[in-house]
Amino acid sequence: MEFLLFLVRRILWSLLVLVGLSMVIFAIARVVPGDPARMALGPTATQEQVSDLREKLGLNRPIVEQYGLFVAGLARGDLGRSLLTERPVNDDIRSTFAATFELVLVTITIAFLLGVPLGVAAARWKDRWPDNLVRILAIFCAVTPSFFLALLLQILAGYVLHILPTTGRMPHNIDFVADITGLMTVDGLLKGRLDVLGEAFRYLLLPSLALAAATMGQIARITRSSMIDVASQDYIEASRAFGVPEPVRVFKYMLRPSFVPPLTILGLEFASLIGNAFVVELVFAWPGMAAYGIRTILQKDLNAVMGVVMVSGVFFVLVNLVIDVLVGFVDPRIRIRGAR
Amino acid sequence: MSEALLSVRDLSVEFVTYGQTNKVLRGVSLDVPAHSQVALVGESGSGKSVTMKAIMGLLRSPPARITGGQLLYDGRDLQTLPHRERLKLRGTSMSMVFQDPMSSLNPVFTIGDQMGTILKYADRRLGRVRSGRERQARVQEVLSQVRMREPERVARSYPIMLSGGMRQRVLIAMALLSEPRLLIADEPGTALDVTTQAQILKLLKDLVEARGLALMMITHNLGVVRETSSYVYVMNKGVVVEHGPTAELFAAPRDAYTQALIAAVPRLTGGTRFGRREAIP
Repeated sequence: MEFLLFLVRRILWSLLVLVGLSMVIFAIARVVPGDPARMALGPTATQEQVSDLREKLGLNRPIVEQYGLFVAGLARGDLGRSLLTERPVNDDIRSTFAATFELVLVTITIAFLLGVPLGVAAARWKDRWPDNLVRILAIFCAVTPSFFLALLLQILAGYVLHILPTTGRMPHNIDFVADITGLMTVDGLLKGRLDVLGEAFRYLLLPSLALAAATMGQIARITRSSMIDVASQDYIEASRAFGVPEPVRVFKYMLRPSFVPPLTILGLEFASLIGNAFVVELVFAWPGMAAYGIRTILQKDLNAVMGVVMVSGVFFVLVNLVIDVLVGFVDPRIRIRGAR
Repeated sequence: MSEALLSVRDLSVEFVTYGQTNKVLRGVSLDVPAHSQVALVGESGSGKSVTMKAIMGLLRSPPARITGGQLLYDGRDLQTLPHRERLKLRGTSMSMVFQDPMSSLNPVFTIGDQMGTILKYADRRLGRVRSGRERQARVQEVLSQVRMREPERVARSYPIMLSGGMRQRVLIAMALLSEPRLLIADEPGTALDVTTQAQILKLLKDLVEARGLALMMITHNLGVVRETSSYVYVMNKGVVVEHGPTAELFAAPRDAYTQALIAAVPRLTGGTRFGRREAIP
């Protein structure tokens, strides 16, 4: 009950955060130097054409009115037109968000499935060779820039070994539109196209590995330290004295109480990668929202920038809400006390 | 005493840390006869916990090393026993009651889950077959034996939902799950308030007497010794300095350390038994 209250409070705060975010991004979009209309039309356009476009975009109206129009659009779910693609920002985001979401989802899954066992192994054999190996690997993964790893993987798997594709989401000779969820893997499965499913994973593998390394390193490190902390607790010694076998002690009695920190990190990484995946998206020509966001920022495509930021913000809030629920499920102390 | 259930003979243990060797136990001998209540008393660092861990087979090596002596349980030498046979005893025939009810229960699993898990693997080691439902029935049976009024509710609870006294009773119930013959109690209740501790000790004593268990009570509290044991061993700096029937030892302590220990007990009537307070040697 208290946990429910805690979640409701959390949701209300999140709404406030989103309102604040809309103000900040709007303000930043208006104070950056440079004229969006001029940028869109290019240096050869006449002054008249530029001021026509400024009028059309509403850039000449008072700033408060402009914000009002922006919020009214948000409320209707209308983000306006993109100057860069000349399409509604909604359409642009809809098609690119799915690509980024799919990429980040696979990334997070890889980081989690590799990071947690590595952390557990490191904690189990603390200060012995598995621990040293994991620590070196984790540091290496955490400090290697994702674009460097991306290039390395492209060269190795694409050009040397010729085993995996290096750009795009789908080969050109496959005729398939992901129009159910937008996720190639899920839609492929839903439509019974196993060839699409297989190809989707082949294309996902390299970019998601490049993106997963840093998160995996972090998760391994935090799982390790959390497990070591729990291992010294009295209840672990007690379970040993009661004859609970070691695998059960490690994977049940130790892992679950240590699970909250890695889960929290996972949520934060998930949410931030949605906006930060652009380096890898650009290297792999992945048609994602992060790359779209960067292109529109460089073009001062204000509507698109604000749209991308708002969508990222909403996503961030949602992911963290889900993580809060999961954390409450993993650790009853949080669920019962209703706070952490 | 050859008929003792547990017999520790001349046990020596040392700890090797950072190249330094510390002799923690130097020839400890003690007996716990079946159906009897024995106390092992001493201040912090006297070696009583190491003795207990050696008996339970919980010493980690490294850093600990048993350098000499014998541990006889029910006539069998625990150190030469095959590993599997030794594991069969731990948590079943010889079981432990833990000291701190606040930290000895896993915070993220229900009481029923934790007790069920202990029982499941105890069954497995002993070759007993029981279904999950039967295990939970046994869990609730034991919980009501430690005087829990609503055993089903307790089994469904997480430790955080129970009071300190209730958690301590859960720890006792855990030790009783597989009908042990020897119960080693590591200062149960020291983390609780005095009234609750007294209730816990009373409960423990009743249970031990009703079932005819052997009890080894490890404590630094002489009041607890007097309440719960009929025979007492006094430890200091890794050796047993004195032992004897509880009443006799309290009436006429021979060793200087024992005398100082008894003299150090705060008294409500003012002054001490030996006139003035002495430093513990």
